[in-house]
Amino acid sequence: MINLKSLLNSDLVYRFRKDKVAVVSLAIVFVLISCAVLAPVLSPFDPYDLKSIDLMDSEIPPIWNEEEGDSRFLFGTDPQGRDLLSTILYGMRISLTIGFFAVLLQGVLGVTIGLLSGYLGGKIDAFFMRLADIQLSFSTLMVAIITLAVFQAAFGAELYSELAIFMLVLVIGIAEWPQYARTVRASVLAEKHKEYVDAARVIGMSPMRIMFRHIFPNTLSPILVISTIQVANAIISEAALSFLGLGMPVNKPSLGSLISSGFEFIFSGSWWITVIPSFFLILLILTINLLGDWLRDALNPKLYKD
Amino acid sequence: MALLEVKDLEVEFPLGRVTLQAIRKVSFSLERGERLGIVGESGAGKSVAAFSILNLLSRPGRISGGEILFDGDDLSKLDDVEMRHIRGNQISMIFQDPMMTLNPVLTVATQMIECLKAHRKISTKQARDISVSKLKEVMIPSPEERMNSYPHELSGGMRQRVVIAMALLTDPEIIIADEPTTALDVTIQAEIMALMLDLCKSNNVGLILITHDLAVVSQVTEKIMVMYAGRVVEEGATHEVITNPKHPYTRGLLKALPQENTAGSRLNQIRGTMPSLNALPKGCAFNPRCDFASSECSIVVPKLEGDDGHHTACIHREEIPPFKSELGKA
Repeated sequence: MINLKSLLNSDLVYRFRKDKVAVVSLAIVFVLISCAVLAPVLSPFDPYDLKSIDLMDSEIPPIWNEEEGDSRFLFGTDPQGRDLLSTILYGMRISLTIGFFAVLLQGVLGVTIGLLSGYLGGKIDAFFMRLADIQLSFSTLMVAIITLAVFQAAFGAELYSELAIFMLVLVIGIAEWPQYARTVRASVLAEKHKEYVDAARVIGMSPMRIMFRHIFPNTLSPILVISTIQVANAIISEAALSFLGLGMPVNKPSLGSLISSGFEFIFSGSWWITVIPSFFLILLILTINLLGDWLRDALNPKLYKD
Repeated sequence: MALLEVKDLEVEFPLGRVTLQAIRKVSFSLERGERLGIVGESGAGKSVAAFSILNLLSRPGRISGGEILFDGDDLSKLDDVEMRHIRGNQISMIFQDPMMTLNPVLTVATQMIECLKAHRKISTKQARDISVSKLKEVMIPSPEERMNSYPHELSGGMRQRVVIAMALLTDPEIIIADEPTTALDVTIQAEIMALMLDLCKSNNVGLILITHDLAVVSQVTEKIMVMYAGRVVEEGATHEVITNPKHPYTRGLLKALPQENTAGSRLNQIRGTMPSLNALPKGCAFNPRCDFASSECSIVVPKLEGDDGHHTACIHREEIPPFKSELGKA
C-alpha cells in the first residue's frame, strides 16, 4: 500500500497526469491491449473455428452500409467469411505477443552483450560492437526476409505456418539486439567510472554481480524508453513481413496478414478488409510511440521545460 | 609481524612511450588496531598507494615492484578470486564523496545486504539484522527506517555514516579511508572523525587515513607518513612529526595551517606547485620549492634516515630550524 501511495505521489505520475497526450495514449493502449488479451471473451466469433465460418458471408461490408451490411458483423467480413472484428481482435493478440516477446529477446540479448562489452571492454567490446556494426548495416527486414524465406523453402509451408510465431519472435528479436547493446554499452561506459562501482569492487563483489546488480539498474531509464519504441517497431516489422507473405499464415492472421489479405480486394470495392485493420495497426503503433516519446522526455531531466 | 607490511612498493603508469613512476620505493607497516595517516598534496601518490594495496589500480597502472604482505600473503600476487575474498571482507575502504560511493538507484538495505552476501553464506534476514546493528553502531537514528531509504534521501553526514557502516559490515581488520571527510562540512567532519576513531578503537581495526588535513591526522592517528611526488619524505610517530618536523615539506605544510597567534597576517604557503611526474626535478624532488635547498640537493636523492622511528628524507635535516606548530599542543 505504501509503495502504491508513493508511486501515485511520484514525480513521474505527476508529469504523466499533466500531459494529456500521454494520458490519452495510455488509455488507448490499455484498451487495445485488454481487448487483445480478452479476445476470446469479447469477440462474437472464433475466427480459428472453421465450423463457424460460412463462405456465403464473405465480403459483407461494415454495419453502417445500410443496404448490404449485416447486423451480425460490426466491421463486415473478410474474403473467407470471417467476422472482421473478431479477426482483428485475435490478430492484435498475435501482433502484440510477437511484439512483446521479440522485444524481450532483444532486451535480454542486447542488455547482456551491452553490459559485457561496456564493463569488460577490450577485445570483447571490439568483437561485439563490430558484430553490431555489421548487423546494423543490414536492414532488419532484409535479414528477416532472407531467414524466413530460406526456412520456408527448406522445411515447407506447413511446418512454417505452425512455427510462424516462434520464427517471427526469433528473427525480429535477433535482428534488433544491436539497438539495446549500443544504448546499454554507452550508459555502462558512463556509469563504470563512477565511484560506486569502485566501491562495489572494493567491497569485493564479482564483476558479474557489479554488472547486473549495480550498473544495470542505473541504465534502466534508456532501456525503458527504447523498449517502448522497439515494441512498436517489432509490431511494424511483423506486419511488414506478414504483408509480404512471410509472417503469420492466412488461417491465423495477425494485423499485417489481414491487411495483406484484403489488399487484393481493395479495388473491387471491399476497402474495409484493408482499411479497418490498418486503422487499428496505426492506432496501436502511434499510441505506443507517443508513450515512448513521453517517457523519454519524462525520464530525461535535461528536457524538463516547466 | 605486522598485519600489513608494504615493502619497497613501486607503481608505474605506462603511457605510450613514457612510463610514469607514481610510487617509488614506499614502505610502511600497520599493526592490528594501529592508525596510520598518509599526508601529502594532491598528486603525491597517496590514493594510488591505497588502491595498490587492494590491487585496484585503474589501467594502465600496475605494481612494478615490491611486496604488500597482509597476514603474510603477498596481495600483489593474488588472483582476482582470492583478492575478492580480501576486499571488503578483511580490508575495506571508505571513499571521499559518499554521494558517489553509494549506488543512487539501490536502497541502503539492498546495498548492505549485497555486500554481506558477497562474503558470507547467510540468509537475507540475518544480513538485514547485521546491517541494522551496524547502522546503530554508526549512530544513525531509526536505522530500520533508514534501511529503506535511497542515498539521495539522506544528508551528506548520514551518507558517510552509511558508508562507514558498510565498511564495518564484515568486521574487517583494516579500513582504508581516502579523504573521508573532504566532501563534508566542518562540523560534520569532526563528528565523523570522532566516530571513526571510536569505532576503530572499539573494534580494534587498523586504519589507514589518507588526507591532506594535518589537523585531522594529528587527532586520529598514531603514525604519520608524509608523501611528496611518489616518495615518502618523512615518517614517524604522529606527535613527534607534528611537533618536530624535520623535512622542509612537512614544515611547510604545518606552517601553511591557519594559526591562532598570527591572526591578521597572510597565511604561509609553500611556493610553486607539485611537479608533474614526467618532469621531476633531479635530486630531491622538493628542491625547487625548498627554502633550505643547496646545490647538493639537486644532485643527491636523499634517503630516509633518522632515529627513534622518525625518518626524514632530507640531507639538511639536522640544519632545519625547529618549528612549533599549534597542533602539537592539542
